Order: sequence, then structure tokens, then C-alpha cells
Amino acid sequence: MHIICCLKQVPDTAQVKIDPETNTLVRAGIESILNPFDLVAIEQAVRIKENHGGTITVITMGPPQASSILRQAISLGVDDVVLLSDRAFAGADTLATSYTLAMAIIKLGNNIPVDLVLCGKQAIDGDTAQTGPGIATRLKYTQLTYVSSIQWIDPENRKIQVERKVDGGVETVLGDLPALLTVELELAKPRRASLPSLIASLKAPVPIWDAKAIEAVETLVGIKGSPTWVRKISSPAPRQGGPKFRAGTDPDKAVAQCLEVLFSDSTFFSNFKLTGGRNSDVEKF
Amino acid sequence: MQEKYDVAIVGAGPAGISAACVLADNGINAVVFERGEFPGAKNISGGVLYGHDLARIIPDFSQKNCPIERNIVESRIWYLSRDGGYSVSYRDKAFESQRRYNVFTVGRAKFDRWFADQASQKGALVVCGTVVTDLLRDENGRVTGVRTDRPDGDLNAKVVLLADGINSPLAAKTGFRQEPSPSHVALAVKEVIDLPEEVIDQRFNISSGNGVTIEILGSITSGMNGVAVIYTNRKSLSLCIGANLADFATKKIKPYEMLEIFKTHPMAAPLIKGGKPAEYMAHWLAEAGFENIPKLYGNGYLIAGDSGMLFNTLHREGSNMAMVSGAFAAQTIIDAIRKNDFSRSSLKNYESRLQNSFIFDDLKKYRRFNPFLAHHPEIFTSLPEAMGFAAREMLTVDGTPKKKKQKKIWKNLRKNHSLSALLRLMWDGYRSV
Repeated sequence: MHIICCLKQVPDTAQVKIDPETNTLVRAGIESILNPFDLVAIEQAVRIKENHGGTITVITMGPPQASSILRQAISLGVDDVVLLSDRAFAGADTLATSYTLAMAIIKLGNNIPVDLVLCGKQAIDGDTAQTGPGIATRLKYTQLTYVSSIQWIDPENRKIQVERKVDGGVETVLGDLPALLTVELELAKPRRASLPSLIASLKAPVPIWDAKAIEAVETLVGIKGSPTWVRKISSPAPRQGGPKFRAGTDPDKAVAQCLEVLFSDSTFFSNFKLTGGRNSDVEKF
Repeated sequence: MQEKYDVAIVGAGPAGISAACVLADNGINAVVFERGEFPGAKNISGGVLYGHDLARIIPDFSQKNCPIERNIVESRIWYLSRDGGYSVSYRDKAFESQRRYNVFTVGRAKFDRWFADQASQKGALVVCGTVVTDLLRDENGRVTGVRTDRPDGDLNAKVVLLADGINSPLAAKTGFRQEPSPSHVALAVKEVIDLPEEVIDQRFNISSGNGVTIEILGSITSGMNGVAVIYTNRKSLSLCIGANLADFATKKIKPYEMLEIFKTHPMAAPLIKGGKPAEYMAHWLAEAGFENIPKLYGNGYLIAGDSGMLFNTLHREGSNMAMVSGAFAAQTIIDAIRKNDFSRSSLKNYESRLQNSFIFDDLKKYRRFNPFLAHHPEIFTSLPEAMGFAAREMLTVDGTPKKKKQKKIWKNLRKNHSLSALLRLMWDGYRSV
């Protein structure tokens, strides 16, 4: 098995704030981390390798500092890493990014054919969930998004069966290899790196490929290959708190008052997306 | 699988990284373990560093993007009563030019990371996010490596340097250093308050890039044996206040309440006005003094920095003692590697190096300073108020003859302080510094 994981270095969005004056993300002083969904992809790749053998290659597109997440991947048990770094890659949207990553995967496949590509479901900074599907489409791989469980992989017969999350449930899908999976957090709990592999990762070289190395067309990468423009970022207005009812002395009265306010609001029910049986429950109520 | 290194260093603070730099400069393979996600992530100090001691490790630090906040050109000392205070300050042009970076402020999250990067570039290995939980020993009790909290986490080393700071569960577990008693540590809290750079320049009357430190004694520590400071950073002020831990325990005062009172003092409030609190942290300071320095070496190990209680309260010197002791430990290790002897007697040189340096000299010189403060609580209780009363009376113009005022002041002072007590205070104070 040759498994490839696509990673992204993201700002730790738990700390990111939006500058109210410029409406842009304040990134100064914010730590960069490996996208948590991608960490799950690495863990899953290592588990598949432990069961089926093979080799794992991890790639990311980013500035030289992004090599830190590749080292993290090495510490967790991947075999090879490649940093796709070139000034020409800068300013890429998901279209250009998926093109660049797909070109790198094609090159990696020239040595050992690729069986599986694992991506995080989405990155926590942009939340688009487009790059994985973009790669799958370009490479014409089986596209399996929102994967919450891998039921089995049969490398000989080139088949994979997974469970993927859909609205209101789980869908079981059988597909052909090569496949690209975008993974949910619950797929696999990441392990802690062992000391020897952590130390090895700190010493490991990180090869860098530029646009030429992956034979990318200049007009399809970076800002030139990106038709998407962010025109505006805005933060939602903070929610105003509703009325409060003191339940201390007379809870029955407080509950009655509360219900009165809720039901007198004509938009109350439309605020909830209720489906199936639950909807009828509400009607009964 | 067990990895094998010459030296394992516990803690990527100033002591550990200084040692790693010196070792790497001499081609010795050292691995530094840091429990934080990056060096500096968990490190706290007032934020003052000294160029002389850093230059011993990184001679051209100011050309290497060392994240210096402000170059200190003025030192102020305040003695505060509840509502007022005395201020003494000294500023010198020399500190702007030829003695630039004699003293400067840093943010530890940035500085320690930079410092560790220097060590890595020299060839030391800095392993973060890894806690050393125990020491490995052979059948004779000689230290032979470290155990970490990672899978497969043992690492053999010829010698281990413990540089894991004042609050070290490892020291307690291995028994190399007793857990400090409450009277041997001070608990200090620090708040970083963001302010625009120009506002700080203006309020402290300084040109861009330069800064001021203020050391504060008096009733500000709620009658406890303690000290407060205000340091200027580039775009923020550090306010620290702390007192002896035993005093906190007896008085049942909460450190953050003390900090809030400090922030409202008429001397401090105008400096921080309009600022935005950005960080809050707490730390122990080693105040055990010279007599309570633990044994700093043994078979297969050495102790440096705060972990070895090397700290000078009066001159706010902790990080520099950590750096210098770390470097001494490294030089001792280099000798030991040449001799291939890591026994206690081979590492004894470390102690001689410390003895022949300013570290032991200063710690010896000031060994009476902490007892002096502890034995004269009036410094923090009645004296600042009496001194405040004196100045307020003398400066109030109300038609009272000055002679009468002086009598009133003297009477007020004597109310709480006998003549012999005042003489003893002066004599003890003189002897302690």
C-alpha cells in the first residue's frame, strides 16, 4: 500500500480574532499547528500501514516554516515527507491548492503507485472542505468524504468500504482503490509519538519541491490559479441575551412566563431545523 | 530501543539552553527535554536579562534577532506607603550607547524560544512536549539517564543536568533537592498590560527602544515580606508583585488581590491607565539563600539555575545566574567527558567554578538580606506609613513652623518604633547589603 496524507499548517484558531477595524484575521503572535483533522489522517494511515504494510508519504504546501508539521508527521510514524514550497504557490485558493497537491501526488505515484490519499475533512482556518474533493476529482480517484470509520480495505481486489457521516445518519459505501478519503475526528485517536521517533523526526531532512519539480503549469498555481477572492470577512453580531425569569420563589410562574415569550415569537420554530419524527413531536406539543 | 547521548538536560530554560549551547560549541551531543510545547511556553520571570551574561553564551546576540523588548536606561526604586511614596531614580546616557544592553527586558515566550533556536543551530537537540518523569540509575545509584513520559521513553546519557526550575516534581521525586519550605520561596504574580509603544515612551519619558525598571518596597505587599516591580516592554508593561510564601499562608492574603490593590496605587495607576490586561501568571522565586543551596552535583548529575536555588532576590538576578551556572555545568561536563569520569569527585569542579564566580560571592554577600527583611516586618508595615507621614507633613504648607512639624514627625515615628529598634534596623540593613 502506498498511502499519501495531505496536511495543512493552520493558525490555532482557538486564539484567532478578527480585527474589527480591518475585518481581517489577526494572525500576529498566533501559534501555527497541524490541522487537527489532518492529524487524524496521519494516525489512520499509520494504522493501515501497521495492518497491511506499505509506505506513507506526507505532503503539505506552505512556507518553509510548515516543515514543522512534516516533522510532527515523521514523529508519528510516516516514512517520507515532501514540502511543496515555492513563491509561485502563494495566495492559492482551494482550486489552485488541489491542483498543486494533485500534481505532487502524480509525481509520487510515478515511483510507487498510490492506493489511498487521506485528507482531513476540512481545515480549521478556512473550513471549506474543498481541497480533498478537488484532488480526488483531478486524479479521478474514488471520493469518500466525511469518513468516520474504515470497515475494511482489500488491497488485492482494490476495494475499500467505509462509513461516512451524512445528515441524520451514517452511510456505508463500498468503493474502488485508489481512493481519496476526507476524515472526521472520530475516525482514529492520534497516538503520542515515541521518544526515539520524536528524536529521529527532529533530525530528519525535509525535501522541498517547487513548481518545476511537480511540473505544475504556472498559471494554475498560487494566486494566478486562484479565481476566488475574499471580498469581506465579517464577524456575526454578538447575540443579545433574552429576558430572564427568576425561578427562585415561584418556578411554575417563571416557566409559564418563559413559554409565553417563546411561543409569542413567530420565528421560534423556524429557528430550529427539525426533521422526521421529531417534527411531529413538536406539532403534538 | 534506548537512545544514547553524552548529556541529557532537563528543562529548556536559561540554564539548560546555556549548557546546551556550550556543549554544542564543543561538539558534544546533548539533548534538552522541555515539557512545554515550545521552549518558553511555560517559563516565567520578571523579564529582565543582562547582556554580559548572555554574551558569554551568544556573543553577538544583539545582531542575531534576539527578541529584546527594551534596553533599560533608567532604574527607579520606590518606597511606598498606602497613599504615596518616595522615588529614587538614576538614568545614564552610557546605557543608551556604549553600555547598551547592559540590562534589557524580554518576554520569555519569545526569548526562550529564540535562545533554544540558537542551541539547535549549534547542534543541540531540543525535544519539546516531553516530561522527564524520573532518572535512570545503575545498581550503585549513579544516574545513567532519564525516563520520559513518552512511549519507549528512556534515554541513556553519561551525565544528566537538572535545570528544571524552582518548582520541580522531579527534584522532589528523586530526592536530589528537598521540596522548598514555604519560607524559602516567594510567590509572585505578574500581569502584562498592553499599551501603545508611544504611550509608554511618553509616560516614562524615554526615547523609542529604551526603557525603565521600577523596584518597589513598602506597604504595597500588605505587610508581608515582598517586593513589586514595573518593567517596560516594547508595547506593554509587566507588573509583578510577590511575597514570601509563608507570609501568604499566615496572612491569608490572595496574591491577585494584592496585585489589584497595587494597580490602584497613586504611583502605579497613571502608568497603566487605559492599558489592556494581556497575560496573567504566577511563579515561585528561590529565596532560601546561600545556606540552603542543595548539593549541586553527584554521581552522574549536576543541578543548575533555579533548580539549585541560585537566585539573588535583591538584584533580581535569577535568569543570569541560571545562564552562568548552566555554562559552568557544561564546562565541568566537557572536562568529565575528556577524563571519561562522571563520578561525584570528577564533577566537583562545578562547585569550585561557582565558588570562584560572582554567583557564590553574591549569594554569600546577601545571605543576610532575606533574614533582614524577615526580621524587620516594620519595613512593610509601620515604617512606610511613618515615612509617608513625614514627607506629607513637611511638604504641606499650612503656616506651622518647620521645627514643630519635625517634632510631630519624630513623635509619630517613635509611636511605633523605639529608638533602639530604629538603630537595629539601620545596622542590620547596613550589614545585609
